[in-house]
Amino acid sequence: MSVLLVLEDSNGKIKRASWEALAAALRLGPAESITAVVIGAQTEELAAEAATKPVGKVVRVEHPLLARYTADGFCVALHQLIQNESPTQVVVFSHTYQVRDYVPALACRMGQMLIGDVVGIEDGPVFTRQLMQGRLNGSYRHNGNGPCFVSVQAGAFRADGTDARPNTASAPITTFTPTIDAAQIRTRPGEPFRGSAQTVDLGSAQRIVSVGRGIKDAANLPMVQELATALGAELAASRPICDNGWLPMERQVGSSGQTVAPKLYLAVGISGAIQHLVGMKGSQCIVAINKDPDAPIFEVADYGIVGDLFEVVPALTEALKAAKE
Amino acid sequence: MKIIVAIKQVPDRDAPVRIAPSANWIDERDLQWAMNEPDAYALEEALLLKEKAGGEVIVLSAGPERAGSTIREALAKGADRAIHIICDDLAARDALGVARLLAAAIKPENPDLVLTGLQSEDVGSGQTGVIVAELLGLPHATMILQVEAIDSGLKVKRELEEGWFQSIELPTPAVLTMQSGGNKLRYATLMGIKRAKTKELRTVNEAELGVDSGPVVTLEQISAPTKQKSTQILPGSAKVAAAALVEKLKTEARVL
Repeated sequence: MSVLLVLEDSNGKIKRASWEALAAALRLGPAESITAVVIGAQTEELAAEAATKPVGKVVRVEHPLLARYTADGFCVALHQLIQNESPTQVVVFSHTYQVRDYVPALACRMGQMLIGDVVGIEDGPVFTRQLMQGRLNGSYRHNGNGPCFVSVQAGAFRADGTDARPNTASAPITTFTPTIDAAQIRTRPGEPFRGSAQTVDLGSAQRIVSVGRGIKDAANLPMVQELATALGAELAASRPICDNGWLPMERQVGSSGQTVAPKLYLAVGISGAIQHLVGMKGSQCIVAINKDPDAPIFEVADYGIVGDLFEVVPALTEALKAAKE
Repeated sequence: MKIIVAIKQVPDRDAPVRIAPSANWIDERDLQWAMNEPDAYALEEALLLKEKAGGEVIVLSAGPERAGSTIREALAKGADRAIHIICDDLAARDALGVARLLAAAIKPENPDLVLTGLQSEDVGSGQTGVIVAELLGLPHATMILQVEAIDSGLKVKRELEEGWFQSIELPTPAVLTMQSGGNKLRYATLMGIKRAKTKELRTVNEAELGVDSGPVVTLEQISAPTKQKSTQILPGSAKVAAAALVEKLKTEARVL
């Protein structure tokens, strides 16, 4: 099977998520069958980095109009590359915000659809992705002709095995110059900027108590704050709590907030959608309190209490206070 | 501005989901249904834009008859009229197939702006809006928190990963997928609910739209996920479980 692996960079380095995508690509075919693709206006160093990995070759897709990411520019360039490299059977990406922004359009342009956010690959190939906010898995198959577009979820494939090349020489590098007209790029992106100044560093917290939708109302937050205080923990939240303005955005854990890995992460009333799990599943010890025994948070939890958080949280606060005495 | 908001009816978040006997979708009997939350944010943004600068907000949804209740909810919140694409087998279609239906319904309306949520809470492919843009030949931007009309079109605030943002300018007509949290969602008022009953709700079907949408990707089977960790569930009353947890955290996990 011939595989195109499209890499993504950040600050001049290939993102780790891209090497996880390489690990996924290696499930589909041997290193020789994989063509790694770097895109931009200056890709020499990125290509050199990619050439040290277990891939058959590296293609630099280079054009001045690709200096800054735009969905239009990347679609035009990669569409031409895929046609040039045909027959490509699978095109693999990491499931980043950038990929979510343009790959659905690129696939559509070729009459295809992205199988996105893949967490597993079985023979066939059959691709597994999550449904219902992580409560179920779905097995997907690509039908018919044309390339199959796949993006893989961060953390689902281990990048560990992708460091060594089968032989020591670097993979050959070629350059592909797409034809892009400035008028084809319709959006004008600005420089990325940070949100409001950060006053809480959840990343360095040893213990975190995190609260989700189950809390129902902002008026119930003090109960969770009390638990956090009894534990000597920082208070954090899943996205909906911050969306509602009940806690500031800087206390949000997850793909759009902070990534944390404390010694203890206590999730209160958080169902555990993947957007939240990616931000905390590296925690040393995870505790979940939730009324739904099937909530996906229990899939990553070391300890769980299935029950009404309005009963369990005060009881836990009391038990902690008693243990201190 | 003429704005079309594409919304989806999804199982209510608290509804228990069971796998259907066919094992290729969930059992839809006895489920509670709700408006997909990111779509509710898209609707909110559309209503705010209309309140600021005038225009029309049209709600568009593909789904079986039951989706009508979610469409009425959108009308009650302030949308002016609605188009319901009657589609009884939504789950059997891929995002490309659904986007083809939506795009075919959008095209004759010639809107200035198409808004939708960044993803659905059930299938969660997160692609429909982007594919609609591609099918209509329109520029797009994703994961948008704020929209501002400017002379050259739109200026939008896009969410990036890990707390970063970006401004993007793009011409209209355009398609935007909305992230949650940019605005506070409104509730339908009693007056709104009353008015919604008199608003235009047009139904169309696949044949009328002239769309043939065989899937390129099939969902063959759904299953319960396998556990990544073995979780110790602490049984008993809240008090008993809490005491047991403290003990475990102290002596076993050693994190206290």
